[in-house]
Amino acid sequence: MTIETVDTQPKPNLLNDPKFRAIAAQIVVVVLFVSFVAYIISNTAVNLEKLGIKAGFEFLGLQAGFMPTSPNFNLTDFDVNKDTHMDVFWLGLVNTLLIAVLGIIAATIVGFVFGVLRLSKNPLVNFVAAAYIEGVRNIPLLLQILVWYFGVLLALPIVKQSINMGDLVFLNNRYLVAPAPIFEDGFGFVTIAFIIGIVATFFLARWAHKRQDTTGQQFPIFYSALGLIIGFPILVLLAMGVPLNWNIPELKGFNFVGGVQITSQLTALFLALTFYTGSFIAENVRAGILAVSHGQTEAAYALGLRPNRTMSLIVIPQAMRVVVPPVTSQYLNLTKNSSLAIAIGYPDIVNVFMGISLNQTGKAIEIIGMTMGVYLTISLLISMFMNWYNKRVALVER
Amino acid sequence: MSDTNTAAADNSGPAITISAMHKWYGDFHVLKDINLTVERGERIVVCGPSGSGKSTMIRCINRLEEHQKGSINVSGIELTNDLKNIDTIRREVGMVFQHFNLFPHLTVLQNCTLAPIWVRKMPKAEAEEIAMKYLERVKIPEQAQKFPGQLSGGQQQRVAIARSLCMNPEIMLFDEPTSALDPEMIKEVLDVMVDLAKEGMTMLVVTHEMGFAKQVADRVIFMDGGEIIEQNEPNEFFDNPQSDRTKLFLSQILGHS
Repeated sequence: MTIETVDTQPKPNLLNDPKFRAIAAQIVVVVLFVSFVAYIISNTAVNLEKLGIKAGFEFLGLQAGFMPTSPNFNLTDFDVNKDTHMDVFWLGLVNTLLIAVLGIIAATIVGFVFGVLRLSKNPLVNFVAAAYIEGVRNIPLLLQILVWYFGVLLALPIVKQSINMGDLVFLNNRYLVAPAPIFEDGFGFVTIAFIIGIVATFFLARWAHKRQDTTGQQFPIFYSALGLIIGFPILVLLAMGVPLNWNIPELKGFNFVGGVQITSQLTALFLALTFYTGSFIAENVRAGILAVSHGQTEAAYALGLRPNRTMSLIVIPQAMRVVVPPVTSQYLNLTKNSSLAIAIGYPDIVNVFMGISLNQTGKAIEIIGMTMGVYLTISLLISMFMNWYNKRVALVER
Repeated sequence: MSDTNTAAADNSGPAITISAMHKWYGDFHVLKDINLTVERGERIVVCGPSGSGKSTMIRCINRLEEHQKGSINVSGIELTNDLKNIDTIRREVGMVFQHFNLFPHLTVLQNCTLAPIWVRKMPKAEAEEIAMKYLERVKIPEQAQKFPGQLSGGQQQRVAIARSLCMNPEIMLFDEPTSALDPEMIKEVLDVMVDLAKEGMTMLVVTHEMGFAKQVADRVIFMDGGEIIEQNEPNEFFDNPQSDRTKLFLSQILGHS
């Protein structure tokens, strides 16, 4: 029908035809883009040849010959005597993932807590939350990392005068050292109990839901889950006679021996990223809760729902659709911002691989390409997961 | 009469007794010395110019607003800060809002079953049966699986009425239920409310629908400046208003019709 009416209209001049214009513009853009990329590639190839540099990834198999991390923070057991640039890459990747995961978890908690506190009717609580959010949100992240590292952690006492917390935990300007658990025979049962607890909670939740549907009785699922996931493994632990020992750190000479050490670089980067990103997430959470109109709460109250049920059944489900997309962006920001680690010497991928390995091998294109690929992959995985989650919580309205 | 401190509904006395009740917003005196007794099965229409405190007054009855002085007694339960009393009263008092306030993330049926399931601890099947009964009563059972956003204003308000009725309340409060509706949808909502009145529900309705007041009200209350200025049975109220403020108000709202 519509086609016929179009056909009966007189044809415009070709240059004034919107369809022709759209196609022509696209062709021009594609041609320009392809020739630009081709120019860059050929230019790079010519220049590399002139300098006598061969492109390729053979360098990854060569021994690195440098120690990219301190011996007390060596998650991949890097061995300076034989490990290659590929191992440097892995070390950097693991450290980047570590700070990203820790930061995302902590920033989420900090963000949700302060987002809710920011809405408190108590003026003191409200003021503290507002002061934190507005203060931290408006100071550059690099500055905060430097303040945490140089201003706070390096200002702590030297190793020999470590702050002693009950002869178990020691804090100094290089690291925090705490007792390390040593798992003995039988600890496996505790792990199994923990897994059983999680599985049982899942089935219990389904059972409780079904029972409420049929009989109307409610079940305290939160406390039961707490008991199953935390209480049950503790019971098993006690029943097994606590098959767990602690390796308590001890000051020997200039250093602590034993225990688990958390370096100041990791702590400083973690604190800075957590509080910086947390302040943004807090604002997202506040916006999400405020986006649910007050009428919704009133209607729920008028029906006799208690404030906690109103929150969980009415406000949060509606707030999540507003909160999730911007929080995804914050997760991506945190992951990418972790590359500021180089400022304080935390051995992340940019610092050790794009920094030292690049310096030693000169394989700029390959190394920068690989590093970009790492961030792109992590970011896309986070995006995919959060998009999936967003679809689950998105509001179905029609 | 039961002790005012126990949270048990008493079905013998008046439905609502408000005596010497005052309310302030900061320095602003919104409600001044309100005295009102609503008998069981009585239908009361509250009218008055905007800002006169009529919505605030009925919102005090289920504690969406807190009064600062005087007392409110609903079905023999005194409204105080006692959370248990507030819970009991809210279960017995249904409320319909000007802007419907349906839950947009739940279907019409889920809107209706939510409170019976979580507050009355009713099995899902039973709650759904009751919900369908009331959705039929408001003449939209076929919309049960839709979301509120897919319905017209009039349909949404009828769902809101059904949602309140599912809790089987003793008293229904209506806060300008037709003010946000297009003219052609007002009738379908008023029809439902007239049916409800015929069944003997205790109703307190804030509205400017004077036709509705004449048809169903036992008493019309006129408020202005936070005070109850005048109350009378509808014919007397409309034909023979006593105070000048009532006369002025009636001339303004009845002027066009």
